[in-house]
Amino acid sequence: MTTTWNRPLPSIAGETKPFWDSCRRGQLVIQRCDDCGEYQWYPRGICANCWSENIQWVQSSGRGTVWTYTVTQQNRTTGFAEMVPYVLALVELEEGVRMFTNIVDCNPRDVHIGMAVEVTFQTATPQITIPFFKPAT
Amino acid sequence: MVDLRRAAAIVGIHEHVTRYSPDKSELQIQGESVIKALADAGLAKDDVDGLFTASSSIRNSGMNLADYLNMYPSYVDNTTVGGGSFEFHLSHALTAIAAGRINVAVITYSSLARSGGVSVGTGGVGRFGHPILDPSPDSFEELYGLTTVGLYAMIARRHMHLYGTTSEQLAEVSVAMRHHASMNPEALFRDPITVEDVVNSRVISDPLHLMDCCIISDGGGAVVVASPEVARNCRHTPVWVLGAGEAIAHQGAGKRDLIYIAAHQSSPRAFEMAGVTHDDIDMAMVYDSFTITVVETLEDLGFCKKGEGGEFVSGGRLKVGGALPINTDGGGLSSNHPGMRGLFLLLEATRQLRHQFDGTGRQVPDCKIALAHGTGGALGSRHSGGTVILARD
Repeated sequence: MTTTWNRPLPSIAGETKPFWDSCRRGQLVIQRCDDCGEYQWYPRGICANCWSENIQWVQSSGRGTVWTYTVTQQNRTTGFAEMVPYVLALVELEEGVRMFTNIVDCNPRDVHIGMAVEVTFQTATPQITIPFFKPAT
Repeated sequence: MVDLRRAAAIVGIHEHVTRYSPDKSELQIQGESVIKALADAGLAKDDVDGLFTASSSIRNSGMNLADYLNMYPSYVDNTTVGGGSFEFHLSHALTAIAAGRINVAVITYSSLARSGGVSVGTGGVGRFGHPILDPSPDSFEELYGLTTVGLYAMIARRHMHLYGTTSEQLAEVSVAMRHHASMNPEALFRDPITVEDVVNSRVISDPLHLMDCCIISDGGGAVVVASPEVARNCRHTPVWVLGAGEAIAHQGAGKRDLIYIAAHQSSPRAFEMAGVTHDDIDMAMVYDSFTITVVETLEDLGFCKKGEGGEFVSGGRLKVGGALPINTDGGGLSSNHPGMRGLFLLLEATRQLRHQFDGTGRQVPDCKIALAHGTGGALGSRHSGGTVILARD
């Protein structure tokens, strides 16, 4: 089945390419600093904590909890306008960093703060795979 | 730090009365506002040496404004950090005047958000046209349908979860702002509303309802800031800048506790510079993009403890005659909200400190010291916070 992804797509820079390459392989990776040991999100070319350039890509467990969320009823942007109501959320990964996402594969009314979730991927284009979260199994 | 208290004063103001101006350009609204604000001060075009402006729609806003006005300022600042930009401008003008770089600064802003049909809060990433995302942070955020109201709603949800804040408490903010708007003939919405009206309005992004959200209008205005020497010869009693604090809040590499907003950082800086306490503040102008913005800001400004904002805003405390009157013009929730509203906080604080409404229900009695706090951007992702403390003699 061919679908047309009509939502915005990410732009990819050198410093973020390993992340998107991993998504295409079905793996969620984040960064950890070899010097200070801190995890960080979103991916970037330096350690946000100590400004070291010795940062490594590490695989996340892909599990976390909903830190907060909202059920969006109105968005005028093409792609999202057709999607309402949808769940916009901040998920705290087990590694301790929080990332924006949508909670998918569930009734929006069932989402709550503290809910256990796990990563799931959707293929947007042959080049781009996007991580989402769904209730943990 | 050098003592900057009373190193500069607001000496002229003008609020463009328009809420809908499809036949004017943004620069025309700014031009009309600058001319009238200078007339209000009793100053002329040639007196101005500093030009301050912000815009989300005019490219190179400082250059283009100088060109439109045919001015050659020696000091230009188009710091654009969202709705709070103008509190940053006042802070910067204070420093420039205290350093002797300039004597008279003009701060101006305008927007055609309403006649342009801009979905400020619910347009998502497409609100300014077809989205091309930056590699970061956009490409890790906008894929998920972020909206401005959605980002604030997530903070409201978290606040309710942690502290038991209710939709009815948030609604109290809208009710108080509408009460003030009923006394402002220029306000877009003036009919009184109840808590029930707010919580029964349709949900935009839960827990925020339509009437938890600011309105969208056109509008503009200007503020003239001057050195003490100039200020003493202007038409109105000077409104002195006592203190200013600036801050940016962001996600802190995914670890910041987003329940604390930029006001938490900017407010102590402003109070320390001003040398006053919360008890000295007679009224406050608090950016009210959404009801939750007011609750969070009052907490992080230190007017109540974290988590107690819901109770603090209830029972009419925010109305004139209450413990802390705020947004006596009706705020962004009822009077006007042309894209970035921070300039209007300075305008109404100045009107109150001039005692312009003496003899009416809008005047805060014996108003001597006012605080204005502008928030720009979004609480859930990244935003600015500019706190200024103002006083009359």
